Amino acid sequence: MSILNYLVLSGILFSIGAVAVIVRRNAIVAFMGVELMLNAANLTLVTFARMHGDLTGQVIAFFVMVVAAAEVVIGLAIIVSIFRTRGSASLDDASLLKS
Amino acid sequence: MFVAPHIEWAALVPVMIVLGAAVLGVLVEAFVPRTSRRLVQVVLAALALAGALVAVVWRWTVVQTSGPSALVAGALREDAPALLMQALLLVLALLALLVIADRARSEDAFTPTAAAIPGSEYEDQARRAGLAQTEVFPLTLFAVTGMLVFPAAADLLTMFIALEVLSLPLYLLAGLARRRRLVSQEASLKYFLLGAFSSAFFLMGLALLYGYAGSVHLDDIATAVPLVAGMDGLLLAGSALLIIGLLFKVGAVPFHAWTPDVYQGAPTPITGFMAACTKVAAFAALLRFVYVVTPGLSWDLGPMLWVVAILTMVVGTVLAIVQTDMKRTLAYSSVAHAGFLLLAVIALDSRGISSMVVYLLAYGLATIGAFGLVSLVRTKDAAGNLLGEAGHLSEWAGLGRRSPVLAVCFALFLLSFAGIPLTAGFTGKFAVFSAAVAGGAWPLVVVAVLASAAAAFFYVRIIVLMFFTEPATAEDGSETTVVRSEGLTAVAVVVCAVGTILVGVVPNAVIALSDQASKFLL
Repeated sequence: MSILNYLVLSGILFSIGAVAVIVRRNAIVAFMGVELMLNAANLTLVTFARMHGDLTGQVIAFFVMVVAAAEVVIGLAIIVSIFRTRGSASLDDASLLKS
Repeated sequence: MFVAPHIEWAALVPVMIVLGAAVLGVLVEAFVPRTSRRLVQVVLAALALAGALVAVVWRWTVVQTSGPSALVAGALREDAPALLMQALLLVLALLALLVIADRARSEDAFTPTAAAIPGSEYEDQARRAGLAQTEVFPLTLFAVTGMLVFPAAADLLTMFIALEVLSLPLYLLAGLARRRRLVSQEASLKYFLLGAFSSAFFLMGLALLYGYAGSVHLDDIATAVPLVAGMDGLLLAGSALLIIGLLFKVGAVPFHAWTPDVYQGAPTPITGFMAACTKVAAFAALLRFVYVVTPGLSWDLGPMLWVVAILTMVVGTVLAIVQTDMKRTLAYSSVAHAGFLLLAVIALDSRGISSMVVYLLAYGLATIGAFGLVSLVRTKDAAGNLLGEAGHLSEWAGLGRRSPVLAVCFALFLLSFAGIPLTAGFTGKFAVFSAAVAGGAWPLVVVAVLASAAAAFFYVRIIVLMFFTEPATAEDGSETTVVRSEGLTAVAVVVCAVGTILVGVVPNAVIALSDQASKFLL
């Protein structure tokens, strides 16, 4: 199968993730959008590693997984503390800061 | 086949000191009794930053004699720009640490326990028991570690990891304010979501550039630019996404949406730290990427950077004029400063690097000093209870008469922001603008000069407000008061003020030093 198909798929996933971050109003769902974007980048990296025939891309994908895991820890800590305060994880409710 | 890299430990000493102290700080949390924990953390953090600064100076002398070098199998570069930026970061971080550690009226700026629901009985008990969230100090050190690696990173993976290491602690720190905790948590959430969003862009750019060049080392990508044909789309899209990820971090328009909210909501000492140090680190990395990889692309990427720079200067200035909150005004002013700094990036001139060091020094000193002072100006209700920081601009009216020293220092920092001669801001602006002219970006300089003139309006307006306006009497009897700092903030502010004047009056030493950093090691 052509390498291009994987790249198109990762482009689609990346776009879906970006749209989810911008459009969805729930903090958890927006955060899932970010994770989808990171994984789309991983797919791109692994595809290019295959294309170039070296391991760098695959190794980077592992690094990205670790970073994504760390980000989940921090992100969920923040979202949970907000949820406990307000009883909701909606981004529309979090609008005290406006000029 | 995997070959174990040779690691130059001596060159990594500055980073290892700060990282080691951060890890040690986590252990301090676990093992040192609560009464002495705070003191241990402050001393440990201050010693680590000072020690790392000494180590950077030592590496600077080594680089002067034996020349710049590539470290850890090409993942890092030890060259004059990287070391200068690291030294600058450590100086600013040390000053910011003084403000963070200060306890005016024996209360620091951080919540007694971040796990408590705001306004709950548990939070109240924690406050009365005198708990303190001393994890602030190791978190700050972790952020500084990432910042130290960021300007030296010579491959995109190292850059990405450094970006995350510096960002993740800052997301948490933004949510730890003692007062107005809802706002603080909201700032933390916004910073986190938009920061993670921008990291994803950075990562996608990394992946595309890897696909283009088959390597993530900046020098390999730079050599591939004229050689690899037929994949220009990958190169351009990758560079653009990567630059967008970095522009998010420096708060350039249209990627600035988080800046005012986070600057306003975060604890004020953290805002100062974040505003000064993140900008230094992110601009240093942006500068290295643009100067090493994209000189051959200036026709393609130039228009995008020009539009971003103009938008950043104009939008930052205009929105700063209409703000009514002090921290928000300073936030938009920092957006405008990001626009001025972008001039040095666009210049693609050897003077761009050294001028950026001078500008960042001037901006960093004024920022930490200004936010340090903002943390001391509080509102007091009719009964004499302190309510929190005086955010609204009108509450700053007449401050010059009640606390002349504070008001004069604040006015000095504002004048430096505005770039008035005899302050550091003028030296920085002059250096950056002349570098941009030398790089052929004179139309941008015209816009920048006009934006500076407009920006001077709102800086001067605040000064007039402080010195020549009668304080308004609030209906509920609340008034503005200045709390005495424990001494640490005062020291930081005095150092910032003296530095601002020295760099403005006798800039030769700083300029001579920064001129040695005119070239990145490929």
